[in-house]
Amino acid sequence: MRVELNGKARELPAGATLADAVRAAGAEERRGIAVALDGEVAPRGEWGTTPLAEGSKVEVLAAIQGGAEDATGIACAPSRRTRR
Amino acid sequence: MTLGRPDSQWQLGGRAWSSRLIAGTGGFRSLEQMERALIASGTEIVTVALRRIDPDAEGSVLEVIDRLGLFALPNTAGCYTACDAVRTAQLAREAFETDWIKLEVIGDDRTLFPDAVELVEAAEALVADGFTVLPYTNDDPILARRLEEAGCAAVMPLGSPIGSGAGIRNPYNISIIVERAAVPVILDAGIGTASDATLALELGCDAVLLASAIFGAAEPEAMARAMRLAVEAGHAARSAGRIPVRTHAEASTPEQGLPELS
Repeated sequence: MRVELNGKARELPAGATLADAVRAAGAEERRGIAVALDGEVAPRGEWGTTPLAEGSKVEVLAAIQGGAEDATGIACAPSRRTRR
Repeated sequence: MTLGRPDSQWQLGGRAWSSRLIAGTGGFRSLEQMERALIASGTEIVTVALRRIDPDAEGSVLEVIDRLGLFALPNTAGCYTACDAVRTAQLAREAFETDWIKLEVIGDDRTLFPDAVELVEAAEALVADGFTVLPYTNDDPILARRLEEAGCAAVMPLGSPIGSGAGIRNPYNISIIVERAAVPVILDAGIGTASDATLALELGCDAVLLASAIFGAAEPEAMARAMRLAVEAGHAARSAGRIPVRTHAEASTPEQGLPELS
């Protein structure tokens, strides 16, 4: 099964759950990690029971030192970011 | 506030805090440097962001924050729409197990000024969703009032653009915001050196939030200590009640009793 994990295509075994994707991204199930599945927030308690589907978009986010202006990959709509 | 007796504590989001300095954690060369600076600053609240996980990253900012016993305040840095900010806040709530959020909705990446329209929309949505919302806002008294009416737990006007170090460009507006606000006012962005932080407290702000002024200094740990003292001095001076500004001199030595020497 092919999913999009933090913006990159990734092959996961059939039947993989969100928890498997989190491990594949190099994260552990701990405080400081948040997960979005197809743009929706996935509560930590549901990672192990949430199945993935072909083409699922998974974002695995971690705490970083605050303030950097990098992408989170969870933009809702075409960004209004402009440089004038 | 009682004149002449500085309050040792202030209230934010229903909790009492001793330090009036909130520190950003970004920009430091290493986690060790960040840790030394945070200790020197005396801060109790530090901001953190969420980004795609880097499996090769060494150490964790959260481990340092937890070890120091500080409160990690997540932000929505990098969000340009209300929708992005709300979603980022919801992710932060999951990650950090707190419903406190420093709300930033940026208008463009050259000025990093807030987008007022998106900011109010995001604030209303997050308050309705149970968040304790701390919005980074323009130095606009009307916008500050709108954010307070939306239910924000504080207002955080900028002094000048993020990272500019240009200080407080419109102290009159900051004073008007302070005068009208029933929630804490936190000067956020623009502080370059200690006197800027002192001025914020002298104007009546409850606290300051700063990052670049510390991590960008030649000696971050030393500047962090300077900022701690600056904030304490500003608050103490505000509490003490300063003299009015006059155009002409006002002698402090009495003229009575002067001898006639000619």
